Amino acid sequence: MMSRLLPLLAFIALAVLLFVGVRMNSGKDTSAIPSPLIGKQAPALNLPELNMPQQSIGLQDLKGRAFVLNIWGSWCVSCRIEHPIITEMAKSGVIVVGYNYKDSAEDARAWLNQFGNPYALIIQDEDGKAALDWGIYGAPETFVIDAQGIVRFKHVGPITSEIVQNKILPLLKDAP
Amino acid sequence: MLPEIGQVSLLLALVLSLLLSALPLWGAHTQNAALMKTAKPLAYSLLIAVTISYALLTWAFLQHDFTVAYVAKNSNSLLPVLYQFSAVWGAHEGSLLLWVLILCTWTSAVALFSKALPNEVISRVLSVMGMVALGFLAFTIFTSNPFERLLPGAMEGRDLNPLLQDPGLIFHPPLLYFGYVGFSVAFAFAIAALIDGRVDTQWIRWARPWTNLAWAFLTVGIALGSFWAYYELGWGGWWFWDPVENASFMPWLLGAALIHTQAVTEKRGSFSSWTLLLAIATFSLSLLGTFLVRSGVLTSVHAFASDPERGMFILAFLIIVVGGSLLLFALRAPKENGKPFHWQSRESLLLLNNLFLCAACAMVLIGTLYPLLAEALNLGKVSVGSPYFGKLFLILMAPIVLLIPFGPLSRWQNEQLSTVTKWLLPWFVLALVVATWKYFHAPQHPIKTAIAYFAGLWIFLGTMRFVWHRIKHAQGRFTAEMSGMILAHTGLAVFCFGVMMTEGLSVEKDVAAKPGQQFEIGAYQFTFQGVQQITGPNYIAQRGAIAIAKNQQAITILHPEKRQYASGGSTLTEADMHGNASRDLYVALGEPIDDQGGWALRLYVKPFIRWIWFGALMMALGALLVVFDKRFKAKPAP
Repeated sequence: MMSRLLPLLAFIALAVLLFVGVRMNSGKDTSAIPSPLIGKQAPALNLPELNMPQQSIGLQDLKGRAFVLNIWGSWCVSCRIEHPIITEMAKSGVIVVGYNYKDSAEDARAWLNQFGNPYALIIQDEDGKAALDWGIYGAPETFVIDAQGIVRFKHVGPITSEIVQNKILPLLKDAP
Repeated sequence: MLPEIGQVSLLLALVLSLLLSALPLWGAHTQNAALMKTAKPLAYSLLIAVTISYALLTWAFLQHDFTVAYVAKNSNSLLPVLYQFSAVWGAHEGSLLLWVLILCTWTSAVALFSKALPNEVISRVLSVMGMVALGFLAFTIFTSNPFERLLPGAMEGRDLNPLLQDPGLIFHPPLLYFGYVGFSVAFAFAIAALIDGRVDTQWIRWARPWTNLAWAFLTVGIALGSFWAYYELGWGGWWFWDPVENASFMPWLLGAALIHTQAVTEKRGSFSSWTLLLAIATFSLSLLGTFLVRSGVLTSVHAFASDPERGMFILAFLIIVVGGSLLLFALRAPKENGKPFHWQSRESLLLLNNLFLCAACAMVLIGTLYPLLAEALNLGKVSVGSPYFGKLFLILMAPIVLLIPFGPLSRWQNEQLSTVTKWLLPWFVLALVVATWKYFHAPQHPIKTAIAYFAGLWIFLGTMRFVWHRIKHAQGRFTAEMSGMILAHTGLAVFCFGVMMTEGLSVEKDVAAKPGQQFEIGAYQFTFQGVQQITGPNYIAQRGAIAIAKNQQAITILHPEKRQYASGGSTLTEADMHGNASRDLYVALGEPIDDQGGWALRLYVKPFIRWIWFGALMMALGALLVVFDKRFKAKPAP
């Protein structure tokens, strides 16, 4: 009898996991909820640069210029989908700062080698602790930060050309 | 007006499925012949109602009726007609409707071809399928109504996701669904058997062709998806161990196990509980696959098909169906009463086959869900990538590859493995010698190349040894079942060879190319001729031209594109390729690098990659061939 119950027990464990997964995910549908950071000063950052690990990058290094912060990881498949759009945006003159989230430097570099590197700078956040201040849930996410260091826009999930055209570019144009 | 009729028809279908899941089952329970007789008419009318609904949704697409929200979101007046048909299942609501339509088609087919079965059996089977239909219809109507109106209507539709505007994708989802849903037949038989409390080998004989058919569809569906990813996404790979790919691969693995164990149970009566459990598990994994794709629990390439809010509904459904079935199994699974067998026998070999296929499936399941588990336990985002899957899968498949030739040559119940080993030894040595020779002559990755030759030759030669055995000892008589097995196993040989050769010998090169510049990869010369702008039906594109020659003999000119779709403004890379049996040449356009017409290009040479899909096709055809075996011809009910 016991051995016959095993499949059921295994399934119950699986169902609990899926339940937790769905619950986590329903909170994740945040494209509708604006980030509390919008209109506020961007949280401080002090993290190493991917290709120059001895050098640490802070927001002060970017002050004076509006930029797009794109959160990605080599483990994230949706990031591949949005990657051509990020690349195109960077080519059109937008400064895109990459935020390598919960990833190893080695994997990140291999990924960039394969798909191309559109980023002006890449911040490396290996354990994802600094991301908490930014309210980053996962990858991909995209922020727009203006020249004064104020967060203007946040998008959760892969961005599309539509979002770039209608949201991101106008914001960058308005920013002094 | 017409969309409302579609809506009403869908509601009617819900009522019909409710009746189908209750009346015949109750009839079988109370031995009420009149109630049992309702099963078939209900199954047919359910199919008609869903078909009307589906046809009207398609009509809305063809009419560009942008007052229907689903049409406005997934179509556009510029969308080519062919894609207007496939756009129906291009997003969540429509693909669910397609799921239900296919389920009702299978149900009606079962009703039509079941004359040989006793009344109670067929009533129970159709009822169980009705319950599944009920769940999916409720899910469609209450959470994902495709007929919802958008008032006032949109002037123009948002267009179908450009990734889906591809001939390969027209057939990928329907074939996949035919496979997924087809396992519901074996599932329904298992549940009917559990309700009845005894497993009759005759029912299993009856269910076998259906399982094979479903598995064949699933195989072709997966292969087509893999081929689509290969040439549409422009990443040059053919399998990414993406969660959604895994979701379709898990039922495939268990389905393969089920095909084999059903044969044992039918012929020898052994493993009957195990076969029932496997039938439940296979269909459960099909449902889990649907859940993973639809709920948005896992992020993946297929993110466009997901929706987190609907997760709860389908999870509840999953729990009722799978939990209920497994509870039923725990309570009523029959005692094993098959004929005893020695450990050296075909039964043991098939048991090993099942063991490794199930272990592979468990491995994929754990790898797919581990990131979710880690996130739930706050261990952070973890990725389980191809290295994990690739390595473990190889390890788990190796014993299967080694054992395959033994299976068909061994007798049921009791066999001297030493005899079979003696038959196979020369072929084993031959495969090993060729592999060793290739090991020392491979341009790169000698181990993978050696494995490719060994696995391919060993399975092929071992299977041919069986053919020789039949010719010598059975006057060359082959049943359709045997021929199917031979074809499928040879397909596996072709597949293994293709996979390992591609993995071992592919060359990928990223170059910055100026017009007129030439690049060498192996024996091939790629010459970049420049990029031009062209206009397509609903996009404009940058179109490159790359001439390819082998040893200075011109082969072809490839035209990779970067498309800008008029409606959404999204860009898409269309790679171009030239393929034949021994290799694919593949070119994708990167980004312009200067104002002098220079572009970044990605060039690939992929040896034997087509063998992967060709092998899969052979497996599917093999499974299909078995369906026509004489033993499955309908005999009147006793």
